[in-house]
Amino acid sequence: MAHFEKANSLNEWMDQRLGVNTLQRVLAKEYWIPKDINFLWAMGMVLAITFGILLISGIFLLMYYQPNVDLAFDSVNYTIMQEVGFGWMWRHVHAVAASVVFLIIYIHMFTGIYYGSYKKGRELIWISGMLLFVAFSAEAFSGYMLPWGQMSYWAGMVITNLFSAGSLELNGVVEWIRGDYVPAQAFLDRFFMLHVLLIPVAIMALIGLHFGALRLPHVNNQNGEEIDFEVEAEKYKSGNKAASKVIAFANDFMSKDMFVVAIYLVFFFYLVFWNFDFAMDPVNFDPANGLVTPAHIYPEWYFLWSYEILRPFDKDIGLIAFAFAQVIFVLLPFLDRSPNTVPANRRGLFKFWFWAMLLDMIVLTAMGKLPPQGIFSTIGYVAALVFIGLWIILPFITKLEKKL
Amino acid sequence: MKEFLILAVVVFFSLLTYWLVEPFAHSQMHAHVESEHFAYADLPALEKTGDATRGADTFMAGGCIGCHNVKALGMETGMSAKDSAAAYGVNPPDLSNAGAIYDAKFLAALIKNPAHATVVEHKFNDMRPHPMPGFYGAGGDDIDQEIADIVAYLQSIAVKPEEVTPKMAFEDACGRCHAMRYTKWTQLGEMPNFKHKKDELRFQADVLDYQDSIKAYLGKLPPDLSMYIRSRNEHFLSTFIENPQSQLHGTAMPRVGVTAEGAEKVIKYLEFAGDPKAEMRNEVGKNVMIFMIFFVLFAYLWKRQVWKDLH
Repeated sequence: MAHFEKANSLNEWMDQRLGVNTLQRVLAKEYWIPKDINFLWAMGMVLAITFGILLISGIFLLMYYQPNVDLAFDSVNYTIMQEVGFGWMWRHVHAVAASVVFLIIYIHMFTGIYYGSYKKGRELIWISGMLLFVAFSAEAFSGYMLPWGQMSYWAGMVITNLFSAGSLELNGVVEWIRGDYVPAQAFLDRFFMLHVLLIPVAIMALIGLHFGALRLPHVNNQNGEEIDFEVEAEKYKSGNKAASKVIAFANDFMSKDMFVVAIYLVFFFYLVFWNFDFAMDPVNFDPANGLVTPAHIYPEWYFLWSYEILRPFDKDIGLIAFAFAQVIFVLLPFLDRSPNTVPANRRGLFKFWFWAMLLDMIVLTAMGKLPPQGIFSTIGYVAALVFIGLWIILPFITKLEKKL
Repeated sequence: MKEFLILAVVVFFSLLTYWLVEPFAHSQMHAHVESEHFAYADLPALEKTGDATRGADTFMAGGCIGCHNVKALGMETGMSAKDSAAAYGVNPPDLSNAGAIYDAKFLAALIKNPAHATVVEHKFNDMRPHPMPGFYGAGGDDIDQEIADIVAYLQSIAVKPEEVTPKMAFEDACGRCHAMRYTKWTQLGEMPNFKHKKDELRFQADVLDYQDSIKAYLGKLPPDLSMYIRSRNEHFLSTFIENPQSQLHGTAMPRVGVTAEGAEKVIKYLEFAGDPKAEMRNEVGKNVMIFMIFFVLFAYLWKRQVWKDLH
């Protein structure tokens, strides 16, 4: 039995039992963040808030949603959208947040790539981040099945078909995933489970890992400066805050974060109330019908680039290219051979590589939605080759970089 | 200032991507159909002025009420909707308010040649005639005058066009083929509240029988329109109602010939069924925005206060 003094305050009582003061020191008051950052450093908080919005709106939707192929469509479009007080609002919030979260993820990712925030001790941050991307993708896909509209059904059909692995024709695997020959009740049930339980739990665990991986290497700064955090922290603590190169996570960093979050929420709610079609595809307001194939089947915008890497090639090569696109970002810290952790504009050829990759992914995204005909088909094919080519040359061009 | 530059870059690439995958992609995926403002320009103009009193006689002599109800005047065929559909393929419309909902030129053309006016000549021919026979005249010298009289008569017995509600327009123009479960509409009318399960099942069995007749007549059961306001946009719906062939070539759906106001009312009713919260969305949205602007303001003040010592 440990020795406990009588506590004189609630704070002391809690501190004895939970070490709240230590926690507060390590995670907030003396969690040092570089001062030389811009608003892109707030994307993590924006993502955390958006995930919170998804979780809360999801809990409300879950109270009325029916995971049954005969009831699902109407439980969403009638019960939730019309009968339940403010059900329509929670659904719009959930759908728009699910789409916008990917915009922020991509901004967050490209910020990391631009500033080299995956290098020298920060590899695990990057890897856990990419695992989060995979988990969010699975969450988005499984959630897209639930309204059981035409796009739910046909996206479910197309994506599960990928697991037949092309010429290997592993149709048994596809049936095993679906629990049936076609997407039906068993399919809807298991994707419902994945969406509301297994994947959210995985996401929360990964967020913990992502935050944890950040604590020791600290956040990067916008000039690639190497900071002696202990020296700078001493300056800060001695009261010389203006001269110190670091700030405290709370409230210094938090207050700036919350300002960015506030502006983001204005944009977010504008989309929720007035411009939501991009996140709620009209085609999915037709109930699932296995006998009618929609004229155009396309994934949500955030999957389009990888869809376009799959589409222009033959079946087997397409699948290999698709698999390549899914995993290659994870390997970025090891493919980038440069010793420099500085913004891309100071890194020679990598500067061009960054903008080429960004533009190529935008081109792929656009071509992934357009009908694969004529010039669009050719552009998509070239853009897919460029994507693969860029990753192949990455180790070589970064190896050439001189140490700054 | 550097932050604004970075923001501009982020906004630029986000908007570029948005424009490519939304407005641009959709313009490439769907053919744009121009509205003709319900002019029915392909149909001949009405040259005669109709006389409603004469039209009443012609209407009776022409045998219209052999198949059509005019319930407003107490004229009924005595056949149930289900039996009518079994006999003709679809229940012939009640003509009480036809004069207020449908375009006069269209009505005249329809009376003369139904398959032509409704643009379903690809479905009907001499071997398989349209269930409504064309009007061959009721004994007068001038068939066009007789038709103009009938149209004038239909207009005289109908409610005023401005008295047509969205619900009436929908039920008259669409409701004999399309169900709309979110407003409890079936092809046999609004689903009543039944006391006994037996009665409910009987009603549902009648609906199924009726649907079988339309299926045989049109090739497939026309879709339930509950969510059409969200699954199709307003422009699509409007041009589709104007002429179904323009966006779905070869469809068995006839052109129904509503006036521009009639089409607007139909779309309004679709909105009532599939998106009744549109107005509330606007209202709540405005309030949320006001809250958010205060939130931005306070967040900014907090940031300034905290960062005062840091610069």
